[in-house]
Amino acid sequence: MNPLDLIAAAEASGVADLIRENDNLFPLIESVHVLAISLVVGSILAVDLRLLGFSWTGRAASSVANGILPMTWIAFFLAASTGTLLFISHAAKYLANTYFDAKLSLIALAGINMLVFQFIGARDQARWDTRARPPLKARAAGGISIALWVAIVACGRWIGFTMEVG
Amino acid sequence: MFDDTLPGFIKWLSATALSHTIQTKTWIIPTVQTLHILCLAVVFSSVVLVNLRALRILQRDATLKEVAERFLPPVLPLVCVLLVTGSLLIIGEPRRSLLNATFYLKLGLIAFVLPLTIFLQRAFASGFMERGVWQRRTGQFFAVTSLLAWCGVLFAGRWIAYTQVG
Repeated sequence: MNPLDLIAAAEASGVADLIRENDNLFPLIESVHVLAISLVVGSILAVDLRLLGFSWTGRAASSVANGILPMTWIAFFLAASTGTLLFISHAAKYLANTYFDAKLSLIALAGINMLVFQFIGARDQARWDTRARPPLKARAAGGISIALWVAIVACGRWIGFTMEVG
Repeated sequence: MFDDTLPGFIKWLSATALSHTIQTKTWIIPTVQTLHILCLAVVFSSVVLVNLRALRILQRDATLKEVAERFLPPVLPLVCVLLVTGSLLIIGEPRRSLLNATFYLKLGLIAFVLPLTIFLQRAFASGFMERGVWQRRTGQFFAVTSLLAWCGVLFAGRWIAYTQVG
């Protein structure tokens, strides 16, 4: 089964039907989605600002990240699950929406940026962890991450203005 | 009197030059909404991170005072930005919010949670929670209250789009 067939099957499923038919379900799921994405973006920003050397510089970068990122991951899981539910309710329309495609691509880029930092940029983190101003590669990862997440939120909001649901 | 003046006010507001500009330039509303959500993301995440520390769920290796002092400062300035972006959205589409019960629910929740948040975060920063068991329990009770009320603000905010009249 190719991915498009799978998406079509999801859109034809009972769950998708329920979200489409029930007046309150879509707004309810969307509210949880906004709440979750707010936590993802706000908490990632706090970590990125530390990587940039702009805030909480008295605390080690790894401590800031380790203290905050558990919440980020839970919120991201919640945002992705609610996002999937919203998506399957009108999958074909979402796929045809440029801002939706852009949003997914930007999320993928944010993931790649994180992995590159994790496996390349942060390899010698022990050497600069407590420094107020981390090296360029860490600051770049933080800056790129902020730019991507701002764009992701913007794309998300633009989907609502370029796609009629219902 | 309220019923008498509100439609008149909405009519006047819709006819202002600023409202006209916001209505006719289609990029303004999504841009302002994006800015509104980004500021909200920082405010909400800051409150959640401090309150989760107060509940001893996250960042236990940092003191509550440190966490409160790190995340309290951005809250008030960003709430001011939220008031401005929120006002622009109202000016652009007065009927969407001013004739909408959900909008007043959101305002009521904000009027409750904003003083609570400021009071609570100051109390956390001043070491109130460390003064005794009773103080800790009170602080934690209000931390949970504040978290729930903020979730209510976000939910009501998203629901405004689904309960507008006409």
